[in-house]
Amino acid sequence: MSEERTPGFNTLAIHAGAQPDPATGARVTPIYQTTSYVFDDVDHAAALFNLETFGNIYTRIMNPTQAVLEERLAALEGGTAALAVASGHAAQALVFHTLLEPGDEFIAARQLYGGSINQFGQAFAKCGWTVKWADTTDAESFRAQLSPKTRAIFVESIANPGGIITDLEAIAAVAKEAGVPFIVDNTLATPYLTRPKEYGADIIVHSLTKFLGGHGNSIGGAIVDCGTFDWIGSGRYPSLTAPCPSYHGITLAETFGNFAFAIAARVLGLRDLGPAIAPMNAFLILTGIETLPLRMQRHCDNALQVATWLKGHDEVAWVNYAGLDDNPFYPLTRRYCPDGAGAVFTFGLKGGYDAGIALVSNVKLFSHLANIGDTRSLIIHPASTTHRQLSDEHRERAGAGADVVRLSVGLENVDDIIADLDQALAAI
Amino acid sequence: MNHDSYPDAYIRDILVRHRTIAMVGASPNPSRPSYFAMKYLLGKGFHVVPVNPGQAGKTILDQPVFGTLGEISEPVEIVDIFRNSEAALPVTREAIRIGAKVVWMQLGVRNDEAAKLAEEAGLKVVMNRCPKIEYGRLSGEISWAGVNSRTLSSKRPLLGPKGGQQRALRRDV
Repeated sequence: MSEERTPGFNTLAIHAGAQPDPATGARVTPIYQTTSYVFDDVDHAAALFNLETFGNIYTRIMNPTQAVLEERLAALEGGTAALAVASGHAAQALVFHTLLEPGDEFIAARQLYGGSINQFGQAFAKCGWTVKWADTTDAESFRAQLSPKTRAIFVESIANPGGIITDLEAIAAVAKEAGVPFIVDNTLATPYLTRPKEYGADIIVHSLTKFLGGHGNSIGGAIVDCGTFDWIGSGRYPSLTAPCPSYHGITLAETFGNFAFAIAARVLGLRDLGPAIAPMNAFLILTGIETLPLRMQRHCDNALQVATWLKGHDEVAWVNYAGLDDNPFYPLTRRYCPDGAGAVFTFGLKGGYDAGIALVSNVKLFSHLANIGDTRSLIIHPASTTHRQLSDEHRERAGAGADVVRLSVGLENVDDIIADLDQALAAI
Repeated sequence: MNHDSYPDAYIRDILVRHRTIAMVGASPNPSRPSYFAMKYLLGKGFHVVPVNPGQAGKTILDQPVFGTLGEISEPVEIVDIFRNSEAALPVTREAIRIGAKVVWMQLGVRNDEAAKLAEEAGLKVVMNRCPKIEYGRLSGEISWAGVNSRTLSSKRPLLGPKGGQQRALRRDV
């Protein structure tokens, strides 16, 4: 019996979940571009529909290319299982669809991606799910929002649009005390920079569209089940512990143990709501993940140099990057993501709104668009784009005041990135 | 044996070496985990003998049910315990008495006193694991459900004899 090694992160990023194709020997995971899968016989079909055996039925629910992506994400995050879906928003919708009943509440940090603020506050309200907002920089503000109806706590590890590192352990302690799962969106950090399970997360969500896929070519999302929450002991999550009418009365938590949440999100949420990931997108994101450790480190190294350079520029009023040693969140960066504070951050222009418009118009290498986590460097002026519908006051509270510019620093030569900002700032 | 973390090779060896499993606490209720596990293991070619005093003389999944391990006339290799942790001790004593090679306690079932007795008698012990999940994990079938198999291999998975959607355990990894 040979001694078992625990593979390192780089090895998992390349190999986890992917064996040579059993039918052809293809070494790279094939794109299984099919809607459906032939049953071996009638009994096999029945066993699959009853969840009695493992296997493929229909690509809305599972797909072998997607499955490799899921196992790899679970391995990188240290979870028991994962579910890949059509987008980060779809991942969040399925997480809460699995956890909540009409009338339930959850607490979310107010420092979130703007799209999540809309989804939680508006779309979820139509389902009878109420979000209570708290301050991600203050764990006590979460405790203050607890009620008997609270069923989950949600934060981002590095809060979009950057500059804030969440003290995960402090907020995890509040969730644990309240007996509710702690959900962490780890999109901006990726498991290369921080692994929230190690700090008490029970469920991790991702937009795979960003640094995990990393090439700006595919939309995708994922849910990672950390296998840490005791659903049966809690008894407050009927999707997991009540007999399932659509599966002959089995209870998922009892049948699937410490990966029951991922199974529930798939066989109830994904089955019934339908936001499946395309096999092609799963393949492109998988390919991206193989180089995640290399890319993420370079993203962070470039971002630190760009942030440092901007701080010394006459047109720049302030730079909010948690990797700078004078940033108030720098101690949390050292604790939670010592290899880097990510590659997305904001800075302020002394020239305000007009200077912001001029900067995004003047850049030649940066792309002016509404995404982050691409090989390419990206820039956006939130006040004139993503946040233009908000009042001045709301824009300020969201960290998207008139003077704010957001960067997602790419993998180009850092001298070229800085030179582009230099010429664009000179022309303001 | 460290019962908090078993080497994959230890589990794999048990599952490829042995064929006859006595399942103590087997249930005729198709929504129970023991029914799922029994059906899956039968499908993988194991000979599963259900043991349940309340069902003795009846059949579960076409297999005759015995009231106790001692009543089974053929040699039993693995005793799979679908009972609570306390009940695992007397079942383990009986497993030793009938000459079983392995005592296997299901997910959520752990009895260190029973494990010590069994190991002293030369039996292998697995606790807090499910043979269905372990078979699915080590064969790669469970990966179709996005589950972290915690295994890496550059070898082609082995297809099962029954069809394209079945896998078997490789002995050579």
